[in-house]
Amino acid sequence: MRYGETGVSLEIDLSRGSVEKVETDPKLAELHLGGQGSAAKILWDRVSPEVEPFSPDNLLIFSTGLLHATPVPGANRTAVNTFSPQTNLFAHSMMGGFFGPELKYAGYDKIVIRGQAPDLVYLWINNDKVEIRDATHLRGQGCQKTATLIREELKNDKVQMAAIGPAGENRVYMASIDHSSASAARMVGPVMGDKRLKAIVVRGTKDLNIARPTELFEICQRLIKEINDSPYVGDWMAADDNDSFHHDNFAWGNARTRRKGYWNEEIEKKFTAIRQTYMERITGCYNCPKKCHHLISYPGRQRYFFKCYAKDTYHMAAFQELDFSYDILGVTQEYGLDSYSTPQVIAFAIELYEAGILTDKDMPGFPSDVRGRFFYLVEKIVHREGIGDILANGVYWAARQIGKGAEKYDHNTTKKFEQIPIKLGKLNPPYFLMIATGEKMAITQIEGSFPQSPLPTREEREKFVNGWVAAPNEKFKQWFLEWEKRDQLPNEMTCAITEWNEMMHYLDDSIGLCGFLSSFRGQFGGRPDLPPAGKPTYHIHNIPHIISLATGIELDEAKLWEIGQRNRNLVRALNIRRGMRRKDEAPPADHWAVRDHEFEQKLLDDYYAYRGWNKEGIPTRETLDKLGLTYVSEDFERRGILTS
Amino acid sequence: MKTIKTIKTIKIDPDKCTGCRACEMACSAFHANPKYSIVNPTKSRIRVFWDELNDVYVPILAGEYTETECNARYRMTINGKEYGECSFCRASCPSRDLFKEPDSGVALKCDACGEPMPEGGPICVQWCQHDALTYAPERTEEVEAVEEEEEEVEEL
Repeated sequence: MRYGETGVSLEIDLSRGSVEKVETDPKLAELHLGGQGSAAKILWDRVSPEVEPFSPDNLLIFSTGLLHATPVPGANRTAVNTFSPQTNLFAHSMMGGFFGPELKYAGYDKIVIRGQAPDLVYLWINNDKVEIRDATHLRGQGCQKTATLIREELKNDKVQMAAIGPAGENRVYMASIDHSSASAARMVGPVMGDKRLKAIVVRGTKDLNIARPTELFEICQRLIKEINDSPYVGDWMAADDNDSFHHDNFAWGNARTRRKGYWNEEIEKKFTAIRQTYMERITGCYNCPKKCHHLISYPGRQRYFFKCYAKDTYHMAAFQELDFSYDILGVTQEYGLDSYSTPQVIAFAIELYEAGILTDKDMPGFPSDVRGRFFYLVEKIVHREGIGDILANGVYWAARQIGKGAEKYDHNTTKKFEQIPIKLGKLNPPYFLMIATGEKMAITQIEGSFPQSPLPTREEREKFVNGWVAAPNEKFKQWFLEWEKRDQLPNEMTCAITEWNEMMHYLDDSIGLCGFLSSFRGQFGGRPDLPPAGKPTYHIHNIPHIISLATGIELDEAKLWEIGQRNRNLVRALNIRRGMRRKDEAPPADHWAVRDHEFEQKLLDDYYAYRGWNKEGIPTRETLDKLGLTYVSEDFERRGILTS
Repeated sequence: MKTIKTIKTIKIDPDKCTGCRACEMACSAFHANPKYSIVNPTKSRIRVFWDELNDVYVPILAGEYTETECNARYRMTINGKEYGECSFCRASCPSRDLFKEPDSGVALKCDACGEPMPEGGPICVQWCQHDALTYAPERTEEVEAVEEEEEEVEEL
């Protein structure tokens, strides 16, 4: 009997129209857990590096977390992994909501999709019955509209669905895959569109077995109250109307302008009134008491959900106010667009137009007002029309295709992917490392455990450290006590912080736990405009036991850390094999006003050594073999990537 | 003859529901045999009727088993929101899968977690953190006792 996992993978070949249920090796869960970790293993084994992302041989994998469908609160984020057409590297995305648990109740740990359907289809997974069905009648429909239509068609209102809108159908690189109140962003939408898969529909009514039932349930019953009562977890942006953090510190427009002091009482009153007028309910994800998703009903728009920083990205890119985001999100979420990268692509295009690099010939009928311009470009991009066809490939490729000096305006990408728009003064060493070396492509997927800022007095630091349950060891506490200036910390400390931050994400992503209860949430604090820090519900000290109780896999901190390292190095191996090297590991040139190339490269050297990677950022033979990844080191030697 | 009947009530406030369905998860685990050994929301005696885009979230407790479905249906509009004909219905009914064990088809019925009730109240109430579900004080009613029929035993 399997505990925690179902032990079955669904293998879909859209070219042949075949469906297979494959029993998985239990050993894989012991080595990789689930979620993104086990997806990386599949991608290593089955997709060779010369396979293009838009090839039928590229795999699109939906992976439940190992803890999904157990009583563990907040275990609800499904991993979506593939190779991206934009970066040609590993693409990693997550979506919250209800999809992963439903898939588990249907009897499957993951859905592995290869091939390309001859025309638009959807996948209907109804427990044991799995069908590939015609979706040509759904062509062009928005994400939520698709969900409504399919529910009517199947006469089943309990199904969970992940769907692409027309953006995904047109292989727009910024297309998202949307489900319930959640979105899978970061380049997975276009691959689903390329495979002509419109939606995956799931209904599950089976049992999920738990290894140590009473012990796990009692812990979880305590956790659900703790999570609810704690101000240290959840999305504070959903609960707190004071959003000075983003508006004062992040860059407006095409990641250009910081507007320190923008936020004031008047703005807060205005934005609060907007929210109160149009927000109907705050909802949560499966088995989580936090309220993170706002249901918005804006005039002229169909209801939609919004969450976290996505509520700011459009109006900040356009130098507008909150009502603009409410309005345009009603359109873009239905089209299925990544709300982090899309506003930047649009702001980039507007800058090019203002600079005369793009002209009226490129944008016939381009409105003169910025709001009109945003709506205009959304339409062009979604339908790959005219200039939209170029912009739909993201800033990096669009800049090169447009030429005429457009490359200079591509100033906020790393590894060809749009970064969070924030441009600050002094170099921040851990942030340098995280942006440079992170392979989930966004800072939000790597930062989060170690506080972003030091506390001003020794007394405050001592108080913080005394209650810092999540700290992995005394060394971190000692470092924090001595940390006075944000950008001044010994390289060893910077390396350890980066590694810890990243590892907690890799663990969360393999068990499907929400970062707002875990890997993302420990980092804030020390300032009045931020929520309190340092006490995530889940951390390295309690996660191993929880996994053991659910699955029966014997784990302790050391073993769990090793699994995390294995998964992380496997992801790096995927990217190294596809050609990523040290030269790609560079934040945008203007990410900080004050840089120090020598210091940065020395730090990068130190970090590579710290992680057990060589000077090119390639995991060494020793590192790989110690983690049981001999098949990787052997492959690297065969290819001449590593030399013995 | 009079006797005292205890009535247990779970209060439901749909406006407070966030749609997390922890109640379904917890109920199904509580009623598993062995206890907590499986999770399966379809086996829960409380189910949330949800329609996200219409902002409808209605937790319902499993109630009567009925052999036949309703002949006449209705759609109800409350405060401008339309609710489907079965949204508030507790029945285990042939017209839908709700409140039936998925494998055996046996009807499910909520008993507020049985006797003795768990300390802290029914499990769904304990897990709901937003007071969408609360346990109302037990009340008692004096009712007519059901006369026990005397069994006729034949002398052999």
